[in-house]
Amino acid sequence: MTNTEVLIHELVEKHGKTRNALMPVLQGVVAREKFLSEEAMIAVARELDLSAADVYGTASFYTFLDTKPRGKNILRVCKTISCHMQGKDAIIRAIEDHLMVKVGETTHDKKFTLLTANCLGWCHKGPVLLINDEVFPSMTPEKAIEIIEDFSKKTN
Amino acid sequence: MEQKQLKKIDIIFGWDDKCTPIQVVEKTIKKTPENIILDMIDSGLKGRGGAGFPTGLKWKFCRNEDSDTKYVICNADEGEPGTFKDREILDRVPEKIFAGMTICGFVIGAREGYMYVRGEYNFMLKALDKKIELFNKQLRDLKVDFQIYLRSGSGAYVCGEESALFESMEGKRGEPRNKPPYPTVAGYNNKPTVINNVETLVYTSEICRMGPEQFKALGTKDSRGSKVFSVSGDTPIAGIYELELGMPLKDFVEEFGDGDTKAIQVGGASGHCVPRKKFNDTIIGFEGIPTGGSMMIFNSSRSMYNVLHDYLEFFTEESCGQCTPCRIGCQQLLKGIEAVKKGERPPTYLDDLKRLTSTMKIAAKCGLGQSVANPFTSIVDNFREEIIY
Repeated sequence: MTNTEVLIHELVEKHGKTRNALMPVLQGVVAREKFLSEEAMIAVARELDLSAADVYGTASFYTFLDTKPRGKNILRVCKTISCHMQGKDAIIRAIEDHLMVKVGETTHDKKFTLLTANCLGWCHKGPVLLINDEVFPSMTPEKAIEIIEDFSKKTN
Repeated sequence: MEQKQLKKIDIIFGWDDKCTPIQVVEKTIKKTPENIILDMIDSGLKGRGGAGFPTGLKWKFCRNEDSDTKYVICNADEGEPGTFKDREILDRVPEKIFAGMTICGFVIGAREGYMYVRGEYNFMLKALDKKIELFNKQLRDLKVDFQIYLRSGSGAYVCGEESALFESMEGKRGEPRNKPPYPTVAGYNNKPTVINNVETLVYTSEICRMGPEQFKALGTKDSRGSKVFSVSGDTPIAGIYELELGMPLKDFVEEFGDGDTKAIQVGGASGHCVPRKKFNDTIIGFEGIPTGGSMMIFNSSRSMYNVLHDYLEFFTEESCGQCTPCRIGCQQLLKGIEAVKKGERPPTYLDDLKRLTSTMKIAAKCGLGQSVANPFTSIVDNFREEIIY
């Protein structure tokens, strides 16, 4: 079995072999691999006794269950109104310039994927940046770059 | 009309050492479920997630269903732009939510409770999980047959709609169901389910702690009690405030505005935009403008075209795509105001778009598509020039 298959097998053992376990299982795969590969979705379908189309159908509905390859760290800048008013455009531009990617792209070294997100629930402390599951409120372009550099050093 | 003045309240985040949440549970389950329901109805508590359904009635309907399996679900899929109060409640007083869920379970006859937390709040799952484990143990020690489990979302606004949330928990695409049947009849796993917002559940446990009278003494006839507001935008004091319901918007602006407030969006992207000239006679409450708690303040430096454009972009992306009025409607509204702005369409095209929103209000399957008319008409009617020029 590949690493992915082992992981999926463990997740199914933990959450149960029912359709109700599908979201926690997919979330568990994304937590480790950052996205759902074709191989992973087929393995989940096999383990839960569902059709692969059903698994893809569910996965493709959710923003956080990516089916495209992603970098090791996923950057999401909130683009909804309060963060917009507090300067999210400057944050996005600074990150784009620093990492030399556009929104939606992954850096060549596969360390970062830059995305935008709808309201992240920090409207009183915008603009806000979510890196993987970690939140960084009250961003300035300088602070954002500094934080990304820290992540870059921690990532092999 | 009955009016209240702006008054800050401290119920939700207050802590009573002599009556902790688990002690509230212990004390409350000595009563009969019928009496607890009467207390809830008497308190006048209405759902705090936005729709405002009377909580006592919801519990009563579910209790009346005949089923061996029932569920309590805490809707913590807070996603309305401008709302962040549930995050703060989950972070600071989660035990009060657990207590509310347990009491609800006792009333309706459920043994399982689920908390569905939005994926954007994944960073708090570990801490929550620990607190749930501890609370579950306390419940077992008290011989209460109820356990709480944690589930998380994956970044879909529409899953805050109750039936879409059930679909998501069942491992499906988060597409809202047709109603009826309502959740109290057929919810999660098609079993009778009570689904309440985070804040509502805290109020239920607080009403059990302090009695319905104290809660009822706050607010107005149609809007009993207090409510947590998420204040953001052009204000020097953005943050979370619990306020008595029934105040005029004018008081709110005086307290929170920056002196140059042009408009307030009450209730998030799906709520209503109130312009300055209507601040005096707009009441915050179910008799005026009801709200899930989002209060976004705009000063005169803001373009209301940009505000509306942001909202429509949001809805276009978050529409689940299942029903045509919402999927196509949101797209066309967005394209429409862009075309009017560029002069590719005459200003009167805005009236065609308004007709489209009234169709969406009738024909869309769930609250998402139905409520796009709120921001659209309230912004277009009050700031027409800003949309056109």
